Amino acid sequence: MPETIYLDHNASTPVRPEVAEAMHQALRDLGANPSSAHREGQRVRAALERARTQAAALVNAQPAEIVFVSGGTEGDHLAIVGSALAQRERGRHVACAAIEHHAVHGALEVLAKLGWQHSSLPCSANGLTLPDTVNDLPAGVTVLSLMLANNETGVLQPVSALAARARARGMRVHCDAVQGTGKVPVDVDALGVDYLVYSAHKFGGPKGAGVLVVRKGAPLEPLFRGSAQEHGLRGGTENVPGIIGLGVAAECAARELAAESQRVLLLRNRFEGALRAALPDVVVHGASAPRLPNTVNISFPGARTDHLLLALDARGLAASAGAACASGGVEPSPVLTAMGVPRELAVCALRFSLGRTSTEEIVTRAVAIVTESVRVARSATAGVSA
Amino acid sequence: MSAKRVLAAMSGGVDSAVAAALLAESGHEVTGVTLKLACYGKTALSPKACCTLDAMDDARRVAMAMGFPHHVVDAEQVFRERVLLPWVDGYATGRTLYPCAACNQHLKFGDLVARMELAACDLLATGHYARVRREPDGSWGLYRAADAAKDQTYALATIPYAVLARVVFPLGELPKHEVRSHAQRLGLSCWDKAESQDLCFVPDGDYAGYITGTLGETRGSAPGAFLDGQGERIGTHRGVIHYTIGQRKGLGLAMHERWYVIAIDAAVNTVTLGPRAALERAGLVSARVNWLLPSPPEPGQRALVRIRYNHVGATATLEPRSDGSLAVYFDEPQLVVTPGQLVVMYAGERCLGGAEIVRALSTDEVTAGRFAGARGA
Repeated sequence: MPETIYLDHNASTPVRPEVAEAMHQALRDLGANPSSAHREGQRVRAALERARTQAAALVNAQPAEIVFVSGGTEGDHLAIVGSALAQRERGRHVACAAIEHHAVHGALEVLAKLGWQHSSLPCSANGLTLPDTVNDLPAGVTVLSLMLANNETGVLQPVSALAARARARGMRVHCDAVQGTGKVPVDVDALGVDYLVYSAHKFGGPKGAGVLVVRKGAPLEPLFRGSAQEHGLRGGTENVPGIIGLGVAAECAARELAAESQRVLLLRNRFEGALRAALPDVVVHGASAPRLPNTVNISFPGARTDHLLLALDARGLAASAGAACASGGVEPSPVLTAMGVPRELAVCALRFSLGRTSTEEIVTRAVAIVTESVRVARSATAGVSA
Repeated sequence: MSAKRVLAAMSGGVDSAVAAALLAESGHEVTGVTLKLACYGKTALSPKACCTLDAMDDARRVAMAMGFPHHVVDAEQVFRERVLLPWVDGYATGRTLYPCAACNQHLKFGDLVARMELAACDLLATGHYARVRREPDGSWGLYRAADAAKDQTYALATIPYAVLARVVFPLGELPKHEVRSHAQRLGLSCWDKAESQDLCFVPDGDYAGYITGTLGETRGSAPGAFLDGQGERIGTHRGVIHYTIGQRKGLGLAMHERWYVIAIDAAVNTVTLGPRAALERAGLVSARVNWLLPSPPEPGQRALVRIRYNHVGATATLEPRSDGSLAVYFDEPQLVVTPGQLVVMYAGERCLGGAEIVRALSTDEVTAGRFAGARGA
């Protein structure tokens, strides 16, 4: 069977060869602790700081604003919980958009257990969190969390406009930019947010390495205490190889961003167009909103998500569904539900996400495999339901 | 068998794990699949139950060790509608169903067969102890396993006949101890796992509690009259769901001799008790038969019939009827003919088919209905 076609880049991406090479070198050569005073430690410290510069450049931040963390989830927790704790004298209320990633909801859960209240911003039918909704939040919200690009639909949120309203009402703003960074231009200044999080494995870097940007003056209490790493904001010996890899990936991504996003956009549109032509009754979610150039979230009426994934996997195509529970099963994604997508469509939804390794030939083959898989999934529904 | 693409049903237990592993080892392209029958995230089940989250992990681990993909398939709705609710309905109406047969029929050899095309597979494999053979005339037959003590053809008797052409049972020729050796040899972590007994979805065996508590069924729970063989009231029963034909314990009556449940009439809410002799029956009538043959046998066909999972079997004469049902006339009266259970017929090692028992036949009915000259022929 030919190699699997990988259309799940939003889940994770192949590690770039230059990244693997740099990490291998770091594993071999950078064994000292970057916090040690001796020159061996200083050598490692220097490599870390080079990575910090690379990491900052990707999002137009200052190196001093970069905190290295283990990934998006930790970054989101540190930003939201850390900011809320730092502002606890001002109030005990936080908010996020309804369509945020589980990691953000998780951070709010931590605060809820500590006695914080939380509110949520609804989303429109085409998957956008609209700036006006910020006005409806109660007074006293200290932290608002807003994703840049939704991981399931790819819809790009109007973060600058949302953040402006939030700041005017005295809130600090956290932006989960995990899906957007490396795919579209991200500029913390232009966004006007206090905290921004991104993760290396979404743009060709290793898993286990991420960044929290903490803008100058933004309040933050650390979660990992006791040691002074990362300006005292994130204690613990740094994941040196991971951070080196993140730095190289960030540099590559920044360099290729304009050309690559254009290339992928054309492929995505070709893929989406061909699917619509082959299967006229499909529904693409968020199609009328600005989207990441690589993402297609699409429902195939009459074909269940779990059947489709089984059929696609058997025919050599890797894609993903929305939220599903650990033991298998078809629960509609909360994001699609928040968009008002009816259940019978939501349980037929798949997410395809293209990336660096996607080509024209792959897209052509993928359309054929998807069409065939939809056919067998539809007859399976007929044969299987009682 | 040349290399095939095989969909291997894996419950997480040692049998299905070894079946899938042996196929992978002999070069077939295996896709493992575990049926999710209920949302186990919510209930605490015993380690012996199939299909817990742990069981899914066990199946997945075997797949990873042997290097083939594994998927979990959501069959909750089909399980509920085709296995669980009919089983509850049976208890509420005084019948004792054997849900494993329905599960095999509608899920393992129903739902999964429908998914074979999804997984681009030619064959379906399970860890059942049974054998499939090609007959001289090209048709297919289901046969008892080589390990007679482990044979599971009773539970397979109602699977669709057409499926036999696309099914493989890797364990059918193996004794159980050899299966466990394979599991150890292959390093499958479940090799010393306890076997699942009882119904997989009621691992503590408290069927009545499950029916009334978990499922909230109210029919069949109202107390009613215990009757003797003459129709006289001799006590009060707890609700028909608590009883099955042939039951001796849990009756709550002081008797000088052993009495058993002879009959249950849910319509009038009575349970008839009697001595052991009253359990003897001369024959039975079944619902529509699932024949594992190209066509039903002629009236007068001789067979060995089993009327319970652990029934050794009794010789009998079969009378297939034009409406698809079956009358069975035992050579010797049999104890405990239970409406709802399966009657499964054998000719030698071959399983001819199975059907749900509708009612027992009395000696008079058998004498009246006997096919002339058939007895003892």
